Amino acid sequence: MSLDVQIEKELDGFHLSARFTVQDGISGLLGASGSGKSMTLKCIAGFETPDEGRIVLNGRTLFDARQRVNLPPQRRRVGYLFQNYALFPNMTVQGNILCGLRRVPDPRERSRRLRETLRLFRLEDIASRMPHEISGGQAQRVALARILANRPEALLLDEPFSALDAHLRLNLQMELRDRLRDYGGPVLMVTHSRDEAYRMCEALAVADRGTLNGIRDTGALFADPGSRTAARITGCKNIARAWKLGEHEINVPEWNVRFRTERTVRDGLKGVAFRAHDLSPKEARNAFPVRYAGEMEEPFEWILLYRYAGQDGAPLWWRMAKEARPAQFPDHLGIAPAKLMLLYQ
Amino acid sequence: MNWFPLWNSVRIALCSCVIVFFAGIFAAHQVAKLPPAVKGALDVLLTLPLVLPPTVCGYFLLRVFGVNRPLGAFLQSMGVRVVMTWYGGVLAAALVSFPLMYRTARGAFEAFDVTLSRSAQTLGLSNAFIFWRIQMPACRQGILAGTVLAFARALGEYGATSMLIGYIPGRTATISTTVYQLWRTGNEADAFRWVLVNLTISVTVLLAVNLLERRHKREP
Repeated sequence: MSLDVQIEKELDGFHLSARFTVQDGISGLLGASGSGKSMTLKCIAGFETPDEGRIVLNGRTLFDARQRVNLPPQRRRVGYLFQNYALFPNMTVQGNILCGLRRVPDPRERSRRLRETLRLFRLEDIASRMPHEISGGQAQRVALARILANRPEALLLDEPFSALDAHLRLNLQMELRDRLRDYGGPVLMVTHSRDEAYRMCEALAVADRGTLNGIRDTGALFADPGSRTAARITGCKNIARAWKLGEHEINVPEWNVRFRTERTVRDGLKGVAFRAHDLSPKEARNAFPVRYAGEMEEPFEWILLYRYAGQDGAPLWWRMAKEARPAQFPDHLGIAPAKLMLLYQ
Repeated sequence: MNWFPLWNSVRIALCSCVIVFFAGIFAAHQVAKLPPAVKGALDVLLTLPLVLPPTVCGYFLLRVFGVNRPLGAFLQSMGVRVVMTWYGGVLAAALVSFPLMYRTARGAFEAFDVTLSRSAQTLGLSNAFIFWRIQMPACRQGILAGTVLAFARALGEYGATSMLIGYIPGRTATISTTVYQLWRTGNEADAFRWVLVNLTISVTVLLAVNLLERRHKREP
């Protein structure tokens, strides 16, 4: 089972080009707001029409510009969870779920599936409440119950946690992840949060100014983002231009330093990045002189800003657990060659 | 006192209200979906009766439905006469009150959260179901307000009505034309009685709307 998306669309201000195939399980589109990820979701659901290309779900063509196929949303069998959950305000929780069951012709079968859905989503106690009488977390559960009762072949989630308080988010992410695992089909989730993407998604596509090209295993993407955008979007703070010197050596002019790398450097290297966590004063390899430039305290971590001694560019970030903060700012910091990420775009 | 003008006004207002209810909602729903350029032009046309003097609306109605005009003559040959009849009054009231329904309903449709209809679409619900069972209930405040305004306007309509159907006691006389006629003929006492009747109806309708709105607010 898979969802194949190959579309182009001209929009005010940018060109959307999305090419990826999503398998069963949870995949994510990760990117800043306005990068085209939500528009991609709308094209898959059928709310927007791409200019070119095609969308195929489990071998069924939902959209094909050349063959002039463009199924209405009603016939796509694609579930869509909106940011605000879009519960019908004039219907009870039960009425909302029944809207997902209207395609079931037999009334007895319909009420059986209603009871089953209410039980499965623990909604029996609030079945007769109106949407404005339930909490945000409950509303999300009702919306998901309504969608899954409809038995869609694929599921689209548009920033599903952005309307929730931060302290609820983690619990609900865990709950949603487990429910979606049981669902079985392809799930595509849009998010701008790197943490959310990492926790929820097995595979990710990075959206950058309208371009979503290919989908990668989440772990591999975070370990080796490969492009400047992917590095930035996966939360990498230290990024600079670089060029190849040898098989395992690169030059970083902005920081006026040469690094040894563990990965083999290919031709066409454009940049280098490393994560703020990976710096160490104890690391003797790739060590360079630094001076203190500022600091910021977080609940459980320190961020220290430093500059390469003698340079005036943007400060670099060093992040550590509270107890690991050195009494004195070191005069050298090093980065293990295995931790350097090579960027080719 | 002869109560015919009350009965005539109420039946004209009710009939025109029913017509305007459906026509206004239909127009509002169609226009809300259009691209901005077309929307602007159509909006001007549909709102025009609101700002034109009612006598001008009456003039246009006579130009179209007068017995010497093609459409008027055609209708006459079919046995339908608009001029000087009470259903001509329905036509005049409907034309003048239409923009009130149309504009309030359009405002309500434009404020409607599009994610509701979109999520309904992905659930496979038909467009008719989405319109009648989701969009209309969500917009009921605006639609109710528009209906009442249109009814009140139709009840008070004078200018277009007097031009199209004149004043024939017992046949086309409405409250507003009766007040004018009585005043003009110096029967101030009777004119005042009809003013009181009109005030009573209008205040009752507006109070009913306020009560309805308050109840909706308590249980939205």
